[in-house]
Amino acid sequence: MSFNAARPNLLAAPGVAWLVTFMVVPCLLVLSYAFFQRGVWGGIEYTFTLENFARVADPLYARIFLNSARIALTTTAIAILIAYPAAYAIARAPRTRQPILLFFAVLPFWSNYLIRTYAWIVLLNREGLINNLLRSMGYTGEPLSLLYTEAAVITGLVYNYLPFVILAIYSTLSRLNPELMEASRDLGAGPVRTFLRVTLPLSLPGVAAGGVFVFVLSIGNFVTPALLGGGRFQMVGNLVYDQFLTANDWPFGAALGAALIVTMIVLLFVQARATARASGESREAQA
Amino acid sequence: MTGNSATVTVADAPVAGRAGGAAAFRRTLPGRIVLLLVFGFLYLPIAVLVMLSFNDSGLPTAWSGFSTRWYSALLGNSDILRAAWNTLVVAIFATLVSTILGTLLALGMETRRRKSNGLEALAFAPMVIPDIVLAVALLTFFSRLGLTMGLHTIIVSHVVFDLAFVCSVVRARLKHFDFSIVEASRDLGASGWTTFWRVTFPVLLPSIVAGALLAFTLSVDEFIIAFFTAGAGRSSITLPMQIYSMIRFGITPEVNALATIVMGVSATALLISQWLNKEQVR
Repeated sequence: MSFNAARPNLLAAPGVAWLVTFMVVPCLLVLSYAFFQRGVWGGIEYTFTLENFARVADPLYARIFLNSARIALTTTAIAILIAYPAAYAIARAPRTRQPILLFFAVLPFWSNYLIRTYAWIVLLNREGLINNLLRSMGYTGEPLSLLYTEAAVITGLVYNYLPFVILAIYSTLSRLNPELMEASRDLGAGPVRTFLRVTLPLSLPGVAAGGVFVFVLSIGNFVTPALLGGGRFQMVGNLVYDQFLTANDWPFGAALGAALIVTMIVLLFVQARATARASGESREAQA
Repeated sequence: MTGNSATVTVADAPVAGRAGGAAAFRRTLPGRIVLLLVFGFLYLPIAVLVMLSFNDSGLPTAWSGFSTRWYSALLGNSDILRAAWNTLVVAIFATLVSTILGTLLALGMETRRRKSNGLEALAFAPMVIPDIVLAVALLTFFSRLGLTMGLHTIIVSHVVFDLAFVCSVVRARLKHFDFSIVEASRDLGASGWTTFWRVTFPVLLPSIVAGALLAFTLSVDEFIIAFFTAGAGRSSITLPMQIYSMIRFGITPEVNALATIVMGVSATALLISQWLNKEQVR
């Protein structure tokens, strides 16, 4: 195949056509629904309205949004706190061992999400492993209600997205030029100071990238709250799900989906800008 | 997609890193402890599940002996067998279509003279868009068109994100591709077609297979989009949908066995995919 000027577009055309037809158009269509009214029997009435967006801001739903944001933020913070030392340890491991360590850190991420969540039902259940262990250790009280709590939801989200954060942080850490750390040490800074003033700031783009994804994926999640929260914890994802499959209020569901996408785009944009600025400042720092 | 939204595949991760060098064991000890804890956190729940699948009683209350009865029970469960078959059909067709489209897209994007931001965003979006959003968008789209939904609509939907992942894996390979060998082949008189099949394709093949395996795994495991685009009938239920309805209200021992099999298949596909990716970098 010769790569002349016209070929690239021809090659890309089928894929582009597929993505436009089955992603861009459907997303625009569902967005357009957000501007229409819900029909009396649940269908769509093609009368222009902004009411659906006003409802997103309604205290009842705004509270769910804020609550989801809080859960997502907690998840993000915990995931970063666990992932950073892990990514750091992998980046400091012998070079030949890094790919294999990384592979096994990321492997769970590619396995079935439902199964990984289900594993926590097995552990946290009233008849589950943790309660059984407690009992065998001599605990005689009521079994602990670990499942169907906010903590269970957060644990499940952290567990599911941790590999991705490790990967994101590792990829910035591994690209840092070790000479910078040596220079800092040579100039008299101790290991802690070197870490805080050199390594940590330079690795923030990876932290931000990982953090944004965990946040976005958590806030829009509906499987984990449904399974580990037992439906008691409404999150934005569940709300969207309900509007489409239970309440049959597609326009409102569409408005909620739009709010989710806007949140995501804003965060990605902020993150991209921050990363661009950081990499501009530290271009020499990257090996 | 819940699990799919990663933008960086394992293959993208730089192999280069800081060498541990002659670092003393003392310095690596805290690192080892951290890794032990984190890997414990990541793998212990899975290990418990796998062990439980071989527990005769099927319950986490006590170990009552090794048994494969839950695996046999799966074979007798027609719902699960049908769901497994549906999943396989969806994954195979989605993988075939997305591998072809994704590879062509990767070739198109990497051979362009100028990078197109629009194209970059289009190929990136399926990996980051929350799956619930894509799911409701596709549901709206298909019902607006008045389509009867079923396995075919799941396949069409899965191709959307599968092709983005295939594209990113193949592009990673193309970035190291020496296009001068293509020119050399042309200079030696080979036609464009011959050059593609004899030069470009063999070099890309491992990454195409790696991308296909990744697409297959993602498709087998995908739940939310399948759930929304499967239509009402029970005939188009996939394995993740079946698992969801089984675990919704607690533990069923059969799920442990099913989960073990599904994870085994995914892990195998990923190991091969990763191995292919590594081979080609060498």
